[in-house]
This record gives sequence, structure tokens and C-alpha cells, in this order.
Amino acid sequence: MTRGIIGYGAYVPYHRLKRSAIADALGSGGGKGTRAVASYDEDATSMAAEAARKMHQSSQLPTPATITFSSATPPYLDKTNANAIHAVLDYPSDVLAVDMVGSGRSVHGAIQAALHDSRVAAVTVGEVRTGRPASGDEATLGDAGAALMIGSDSDGPVLAEWIGGASATGEFLDRWRQPGWNYSRVWEERFGEAAYLPLVTEAVNTAFKNTEVSAADVDLAIITGLHSRAVRVAPSAAGLSAVPAAPDLISSIGNCGSAHNLVSLCNALDTASAGQVLMLVNLSDGCDVTLFRTTDAIDSYKSSSPVATQIEAGNDNLPYSMFLTWRGYLDREPPRRPDPIPPAAPPTLRSVPWKYSLKASRDRSSGAVHMPPMRVSLKGGAVDDMELISMANTPATVATYTIDRLAYSPSPPTIGIVIDFDGGGRFTSELTDASPDEVEIGMRVQMTFRRFLTADGVHNYFWKAIPIRD
Amino acid sequence: MGQRGIKDQVAIVGMGCTKFGEHWDRSVDDMVIEAAHAAYDSAGIVQDDVDAFWVGTLGSGTSGLTISKPLKIDYKPVTRVENMCASGSEALRNAAYAVASGAFDVVMAIGVEKLKDNGMSGLTGSPLPDDGTKTELSAPASFSFLAPAYAKKYGLSEDQMKDVLTRIAWKNHYNGARNPRAQFQKEVSQDKIRNAPLIAGQLGVFDCSGVSDGSAAAIMCRAEDAHKYTDNPLYVKALSFTSGPGAGPIDSDYDYSTFTEVERCATDAYAQAGVTDPRKEIAMAEVHDCFTPTELVLMEDLGFAERGTAWQEVMDGTFDLDGELPVNPDGGLKSFGHPIGASGLRMLFECWLQLRGEAPEDRRITSLTNERKLAMTHNLGGRPGECVSFASIVGAELG
Repeated sequence: MTRGIIGYGAYVPYHRLKRSAIADALGSGGGKGTRAVASYDEDATSMAAEAARKMHQSSQLPTPATITFSSATPPYLDKTNANAIHAVLDYPSDVLAVDMVGSGRSVHGAIQAALHDSRVAAVTVGEVRTGRPASGDEATLGDAGAALMIGSDSDGPVLAEWIGGASATGEFLDRWRQPGWNYSRVWEERFGEAAYLPLVTEAVNTAFKNTEVSAADVDLAIITGLHSRAVRVAPSAAGLSAVPAAPDLISSIGNCGSAHNLVSLCNALDTASAGQVLMLVNLSDGCDVTLFRTTDAIDSYKSSSPVATQIEAGNDNLPYSMFLTWRGYLDREPPRRPDPIPPAAPPTLRSVPWKYSLKASRDRSSGAVHMPPMRVSLKGGAVDDMELISMANTPATVATYTIDRLAYSPSPPTIGIVIDFDGGGRFTSELTDASPDEVEIGMRVQMTFRRFLTADGVHNYFWKAIPIRD
Repeated sequence: MGQRGIKDQVAIVGMGCTKFGEHWDRSVDDMVIEAAHAAYDSAGIVQDDVDAFWVGTLGSGTSGLTISKPLKIDYKPVTRVENMCASGSEALRNAAYAVASGAFDVVMAIGVEKLKDNGMSGLTGSPLPDDGTKTELSAPASFSFLAPAYAKKYGLSEDQMKDVLTRIAWKNHYNGARNPRAQFQKEVSQDKIRNAPLIAGQLGVFDCSGVSDGSAAAIMCRAEDAHKYTDNPLYVKALSFTSGPGAGPIDSDYDYSTFTEVERCATDAYAQAGVTDPRKEIAMAEVHDCFTPTELVLMEDLGFAERGTAWQEVMDGTFDLDGELPVNPDGGLKSFGHPIGASGLRMLFECWLQLRGEAPEDRRITSLTNERKLAMTHNLGGRPGECVSFASIVGAELG
């Protein structure tokens, strides 16, 4: 039985911060290039959900037995973040949803568990990484989400076969953060390098031994980790100097923490051809090495949203002041309007198909589509003769619009749009990842899963529209 | 249609209206007392002559106690009604029906709202617990949806549309400048209106009605008893109200250039009053100009202008104080102010003044003729596509 990756997807947010903007404002920090920035209405969960949606849009995939969410920046503690993604993907209730969160290594635990399982398993990851103003983390880190579907050839075409791997673990203090801190602390860089390199060497050598693959067989090494110095010297320390290295993407999107390894893997898979050996190496409180060999199926696979395209589509107009505001470093004067209120639990439970998977109800007799789902038809008045249909992947057209400068928003002004979905259905939505001067009647949009606001510690997730940009 | 109406069965015999504005020095109770007693005085009665009361308010009180406590009403029926921004009109409508039913001889409808005590900008609501999936747009944003939709449908450029909206605000400020009860009693130049800071879409601050405190009240009795109280009663010709499926936000057939509820409500009101050509028979109208594009669209929904032509009529001055069909001669919500529950009765108060020839000379309408002698109020609550609409027609003569 062949086991490995049967689906994948990555999500790179639309906004980029020019690193030079940091130095321009503060006189220090920054650097060259850009970093990816989650919008004010995104978080690790919403980006992992978007990555998983892109994965499902690329090919027909089976429903997994489990879905995990990993992040070092999870939106919730106590409450399982993976459940929201499970709901967005409209998985049935017998699918186990679990968080494996907290540290950067968690996602590799999730991948290992999925590979060693015999069932179909979805692995998702999302990160919103930041650091104190002018810090190295602020400039070099980035935000992204990624998803893998792990399964066997009986579940669907395996794109990249798992051929084995190895891990090495050691207890040492490199990077740490208490819950509630909005930045990380790190020990002296040279110490971390010294602590990491023996573990990298050990894991790489063991992986080669276990798989009977040698460095010469590897077509691409994807080496990531938040300790950039250790990552940089790892190839020479572990005998991988001659192995082609995957582009590190750091100059364009930054180092996206625990999501970075998978975003880079997705990027590699986007352009891989059959029979290539990909070596995934991640440095995070140890080292995890996973080896895949692409199959013939990769040649006919087409990602719905290649990583390179998403990187290309980024917009680097984001002012540094807005970046600081979005990440909570600038406590700006709110409008003279009531504080936002959180969604209430019982009505939210009643509306899960609408709120999380954007299900409308369609009248079987008249065909009228109702958003949100309704029981009595707008056309003809039929009662309880509705079927639920998903609108999440249906494009729509702007019927009218406004720029609301009064409504509460963490990033005013709010762009309000009335949209008509292809095939029926109208909804009043918010346009995000867009500037007010872009919007016009007739504009084409698609839906995206976002975090609207957080009130009383409750994250309010729902859908917004984004422009379809050719 | 089973909605037969009560034409000429009920008369308005007394009215009172406070000044509208930011009444830092007056409470809800103070405004209720002022409006109620002004209405009693106007009808030449005392409070004990009133058999039943209706109070309309969105959020300045719950239950009949809202007015029975401050007014010390002597254990009589007091009904509190709410229908968003049409709450005052709803008090009027229900009180009038109670008289028509024969249940009461004399009734009072009063509306009141205190908006300026909460310290917020604009209008704020008290949302019910929900699932957090409503797109939270402000009131001006919701009504500003009308502007690009109307402009696109009828081929107006953004600049032309802005000119039309500006002229509506200018006209209502012009009228309000001649009204000692108005919140804003200053003319404002079109230049200033046009260049004001934007609130939502094309709407600047001068395109939005005033957030205001105020109260207004009306005393009613059976038509045959009217002359016991006044020589110049007004007679209720029509009272219409519509609340629909709220189809606009969910139905792609709705194009944001009209209020379906208003069109249906107006049709019903004209049928009740026997009006066949509103453009020629209505002498003045107080309409719900919460935002300037609302007034524009209402001119077509109320049948004052053909579809797609109201913008030209606005520019031609048809609805000016000295125009063919003056609209909002008292300044409207725009410059009289919009204390939600009071606005419907404030509109009626202007009809009361104008049809009785009591409006100050400098804002007296000149449109009254033998063929054109009716006044209309139009009041709506909600937002384009999902609103409630009220319309009344009153006249100074029976028949």
C-alpha cells in the first residue's frame, strides 16, 4: 500500500509589509523585501481554513477520519480551534477534530500521526507571527496557512509517497513565549545553533538509513525553522550541501513559523514532476525529517491556487502604522459608537451550516435561493420545502455598494456590498482585501472565511467577499 | 383589498410639538409633558378629557408608564407602540382606529425620543443576541446603497447624483431656516453641503438627518365632534401601513432604486383617500428624508414623479417651498431633526400648521388650490429592501 500526500493547499494572505517601512518609521529594524501580513480580519484558524478550502478546490478528496489544526499562535485556548475548520469544510460529526498547538513542532507531530495512521487525515496549520516593533521577528516572520490531506492509494491518487523519515529531540532553551505575550524571547543565537546542529545531523542520517535514500537521491531539500542561522548552516552540517535547496520565500512572505515548512512543500509540489524525492526538514525544538517521492499523479494535478500565484498577488501598500494597529501594538481611539458584541452561543449553534460553511436554502419548487437559509420561500411561499446548498465557492457580482465611514471596524472604512451569486442568491456582505476606490457595480467577487471581530474573548467568524483579480 | 380605511371618520383637533434638538436640559418626561400639554391647550381640553393614549417610541421607554407616570394619567388605557422610525405614526394610526371603532371619544397619540443622552455618534440600536453573521453597516451606509444604484439605473454620473443629493439637503435646510422648532435653523450653501466630510458612500454629514431629542402629540375625536374643539380641524383621509417579507437584501430582483413597501403603502393610501393623481392633488408632503437619496427615491415611490425623473424634478425645484408640490416645508428630518418616535407626529404637525394657515409667513406653502388641498405624511423604518412604511393623508375639509 502506498501512503502519502493525496491533497495539499496553501494560503498566503493578500497584504505585504515592506520591511523598509519599519526602518522608515522607527529608524531601526526592517530590512529588504516584504513579509506576508494576515489582515485585521484573519487569524491562524481562518488562514488554515482557507488553505484547506483551496486544497479541496483542487481535487476531489475523500472525507478524512481526522482533522488537526496546528499553530503556535492559536486563537483559542480551552476551545478546540480545529472545530471551526471542520465546520467550514462541512465535515460530518464523526470526523475527529483536534488541536495540536502551542509550539512550532506541533504540526510535525500531526503529520507523523497522520502518516502512521491507516485512515485519511487532514492536517492544517496557520500562523500569525509577530514581534515587538523594530525586532528581527517583526520584520522577518510572516503569516500563512497550509493544509495536507494524507491518505493511501485506496483513498485517491497519492501525489507524493511517504518513504520514511526520522526525528531527533533534545531539551534546550532556544525560543519561548508565555501565553498572552505578543512576542517571543530567544536565547543567544550561537547557542541555538550549537544545540540544533547535532540534532539535525542525527535526524538526517537516521532518515537516510531508515529509507535507504542518500543525499544524492534527493531532488529538493526544504529546510525550515525559526532559528535562521541554524537553518542556514544545516545543509553543510548534515551533508546536504550538494542537494538543491527549495527557495526559502523569506524575502517575499517572511518566515511563517510552523506553517512555513508546509507552505514551502506546497510550493515545491506545485512545480514538481513525477519521481522526485522531496526532503522535508524542520528545526523546532529538535529536528524532523520526512521524505516523499512524487508519483505520476503529480503530473496531472493542478493546484487551484499555486503558492507562487498567491505570492505574486500580494499588495505591499500596507502602511506600517496599519500593520501595528492590526496586530494590537497601536491602541487607537475607537469611534464614538457602541462596543461590538460577541455572537451568542445558542443562535450560533443553530446557524452552523450558514455561519461556517455558507449554506443557503433553495426552494425546491421555485428555485429561489435564500441567504441566510429560510423556511418559507420568498417566491411562492412554500413552507419547509428547502434544500441546503453551499455558496462558499460560488462567485458573485456587486449590485450596489457603499463605503461606511461610521460603522465600527478595526480597519475603517468598511466597504459594504450587495452581491448577487451566480445561479441565484443575494447577500449584503463586506468587501475585504480591497481599497474603496476599487469597488463598482458589476465587480466580480468570491467568498472568504474571516474573523470579523473579537469581543469578550469570543472570535466571531463568518464570510466576507474579496475581489476576483485576474 | 380588505383595507377599507376610515376616510373622514376621525378628526385631529389639537396638536403640540416641542422644538427638536440636543436638549441637554430636558428629559423624556419634560418633553412628553411639554408636547402633551401643548396638544391639550390647542384642543382646549384638559388631560382628563382624554379617554385613551398611545405613545410611540423606539427606545425612550417601555409600556404605557412612559407617559402615564410623568403626566399622572388617571388610570386610563395607555398603549406603547414601536415600529422603528415610524413609531410616532403608528401611535397616530392605532389611536385613530380606536376612535373610529367607537370605543373612545377623545384620544391622544404622542411620540417621543431622547437620542442625545447616550454619548454616541449617529443612531445606535440594542441588538438582540444573534449568530454574528449580519453585516454591520451603519444607517447612512445602508441608505447610501440607493445612490449608486439609482445613478447607474438612470444614467446619472457620480457628479450629477451628488448635485441632486446636495440640492435636496439645501432645500430642506432652506425650509428649516424658517422654522423656529427645527434643530438646524440655518441655510447651508450647496458648496458647503457638497464638500462636507463623507459619512457613507456619497453621503456627507449634510446628507444625513439630525440626531435629535423631541416630542409631538395629536388629539383626535370623531369627525362629527370636531367642531366642539376647534373651528379648523383636520380630517383623516387615509392611514396606510406596510411591512413585507424584507425581500430586498435577499432577492436579486430588487435593484435599490425604490422602496417596494412605500410604493404599496402609497397606493393603498391614495385608494383610501380617493386620490387618483397625487402629483396634482397633494398640496404638500412631509416625507421620511432620513438621508438625501431616500427623499429622491420617495418622490417616485409616492407617485410625485415618474420613474427616473425625480432627480430632474429636484433640480427644477418642483419640491421647493414655492414649488409645485412642496416637500418637507418644515425642514424634514434633515433639518427639523429626527427623534425617532416623535418624527411621524412632527410631520403631521406641519400639515396641521400649513392647512390651517398657521405656518409662519416665510415658509407658508403657496400650492393650496381647490384641486390641490390635501397634505401627506410619509414615515418609514428600517432600510432599503427591508422596511416598514406608513403614509397618511389629511385634509381640512370633509368629502
